[in-house]
Amino acid sequence: MKAVIAENLVKTYNKGTVKALDGLNLDVEEGTVLGVLGPNGAGKTTTVRILATLLSPDSGSATVAGIDVLKHPDEVRKLIGLSGQYAAVDETLTGWDNLIMFGRLYHLSAKETKQRAIELLEQFALSDAAKRPIKTYSGGMRRRLDLAASLIIRPKVLFLDEPTTGLDPRGRQDMWGVIDDLVKGGVTLLLTTQYLEEADHLADEIAVIDHGKVIARGTSDTLKKQVGGERLEIVVENEHMDSVKEIVARVSGSAINVDEGLRQVSAPVTTGSKALIEAAKMLDEKGIHPLDIGLKRPSLDDVFLSLTGHVAEEKKDEEVSVSKGRRRGK
Amino acid sequence: MINFISDAAIITKRQLLQLSRVPELLLFSTIQPIMFVLLFRYVFGGSIDTGQPGGYVQLLMPGIFVQTVAFTLAGTAVGLAADMQKGLIDRFRSLPISRSAVVIGRTLGDGALNIVVLTAMGVAGFAVGWRPTSSLFEVFLGFVFLLVFGFAMSWIGVLIGLSVREERVATNATFIVVFPLTFLSNAFAPTTGMPRPLQYVAEWNPVSTMVAACRQLFGLENQFGATAGSFPSENPLQMSVIYMILIMAIFIPLSIRKYNNAAKK
Repeated sequence: MKAVIAENLVKTYNKGTVKALDGLNLDVEEGTVLGVLGPNGAGKTTTVRILATLLSPDSGSATVAGIDVLKHPDEVRKLIGLSGQYAAVDETLTGWDNLIMFGRLYHLSAKETKQRAIELLEQFALSDAAKRPIKTYSGGMRRRLDLAASLIIRPKVLFLDEPTTGLDPRGRQDMWGVIDDLVKGGVTLLLTTQYLEEADHLADEIAVIDHGKVIARGTSDTLKKQVGGERLEIVVENEHMDSVKEIVARVSGSAINVDEGLRQVSAPVTTGSKALIEAAKMLDEKGIHPLDIGLKRPSLDDVFLSLTGHVAEEKKDEEVSVSKGRRRGK
Repeated sequence: MINFISDAAIITKRQLLQLSRVPELLLFSTIQPIMFVLLFRYVFGGSIDTGQPGGYVQLLMPGIFVQTVAFTLAGTAVGLAADMQKGLIDRFRSLPISRSAVVIGRTLGDGALNIVVLTAMGVAGFAVGWRPTSSLFEVFLGFVFLLVFGFAMSWIGVLIGLSVREERVATNATFIVVFPLTFLSNAFAPTTGMPRPLQYVAEWNPVSTMVAACRQLFGLENQFGATAGSFPSENPLQMSVIYMILIMAIFIPLSIRKYNNAAKK
C-alpha cells in the first residue's frame, strides 16, 4: 500500500516564468522512508508543501494515506505531521506551551494533550527545558521541539523538510538518532535533504530530483551501482606521481583519473581489498610512502554528478546551508 | 462550529500567554499611549486655545484614544508578519483547524489588549484633567466604539501582515498607513487650518468621524475640527458605524482569503 503518491505535479511561480515542479512523480510505500534528494531550488520544498496541503499545484494529483490532497485537504491534515525548514514554533512561549497549543489545535482533549506533551518531551530529551522559552533553546533543541510538535497526533505520514539544514554536526547526529527511532516505530516518512549522506543514512529509498523532476530512484546501493563500483585512490608527493599513475593503471586495468591539485590518482577496481593490497605492495617495492591510500565506495555526490552532469550546487539566492566544508561533487 | 470557537480561543490564549511570558510587551504597549497623553497635554495643551471648558485635554483624549486603537493595525500586521516569516503560519495551515480561526484569534487577542491599554490611558487622562461630562452609559458606549474600531482596524493589519510577510517591512508599511491616517484628521488640531483639499480628506477620514463621535459621547460639543455642513462632521456617530461595518465587510473576507492562500508566492 502506498502511503504517498504524487502524479505529474507541475507548479510554476511568478506567472509561469519559474518552473518549480515539472511533472514530478513519486510514491512512498507505507512504513518506509523516502529520501528526496536534490540541491536547493530543485523543488523539494514545493513538493512537501503540496503534499502537506499548503500549496496547490498547477496540475497533477496527489494522495496521502489514500486521501486526495486537493479534494480533501482537511482530512489529510488530520493524518500528517510537518516539520523542518518551514514549519515552526512560537519562540516567546515555552516548549510546554507550544506542545499544549498544538495538541489542542489537533483537537486532542486537555488530558491527552498533557500526556502526549510529557511523552514527547521525554522522548526528545527536552523535559528539562520544557518550562523555558524556545528563544533560549539551541538550534538542535528547537528542531527537536518542532519535530515533537508535528508528532502530537501520531501522524500516519510525516513530512520532514530538510530537518538538519543549519544544524551543527552534533545537532545533526542527535536529529538523526531521533529520526532513526521514529522510523523504527514504523512511521511513513518523506524526508527532503540536500545532504547526500543524510539520505544515505536515513532513507530506505532515494529519489533524486533536479529542476522539478525525479531523475533517478532506488536504494542508495542501486544508485551507487549506477555510477560504478569501488575506486582505488592514492595520494602521493609530486615526485612520485608518475610511478603511481603506472601502478594504479596496472592494478585497475581501466582508465585512470588524475587530480594534479590533490596529487591524487584514482581508478575503478573490481577486486576490492585485493586490489588495495596489490597496490600497496607495489608502492612498497618502489619505496613510495603514500600520503593516503584507500578504497572509496562512490558517494552520493558522485551519483548526483553522474546523473545530472553537474555538481549539487546551491542556488545563490537560496538559504545558505552550514555544511560549507563538505566535499562536493569530487 | 464548536471547534472553530475553541480553535480561535486557543490562538487568542497564545497571545495572552505571550504577554504573561514577556510582561515587557504589555508594559511598553501601555506606556507608549500614556506618554502621548502627557506629551500632547503639556507640550501642545498650553498653546492651543480651544474655547472649550476644561481645556485642550478634553478634546485631546478622544483623539489619542482613537489614534491608539487605530495603531492596533500595526500590532496585528507586525505579529502576523513575524509568524509568517518564522513559518508558524505554515504550521497552523497544516493543522486540521478552521481556515479563519488563526486570524480571528489574532484580531480578538489584539482587541483584548486594547481593553488594557484604554483602561490605562483613561486613568492617565483622568489624572491630567480629562473629565467626561456625559452619562456613564455614553462613556461606556464611547469605549465600545473604540474597541470595535480597533478590531476593525486590526483586520486591515491582517491583510498587510500576510502580504508583506516580513516583520520589519510590516513595521514600516503600517507606519506609512497609520500616521497620515491619524494626523490627517481632527484628532489633534482643527481641520479648518488645513488647505482646502486636505480638509475634505480629513472630514471623510474614519479617524475624524471616530474622534468626533467619541467627543460627542464623552459630552463635548464637537466644534473643534468639524467643518460645518459636511455629512461626516454633522453625523459622526452614524458615519463611524458605517465605516466600521464597511472596513470589516471588506477586510475580513479579504484577509481570510489571504490567509488561505498565504503560501502562494
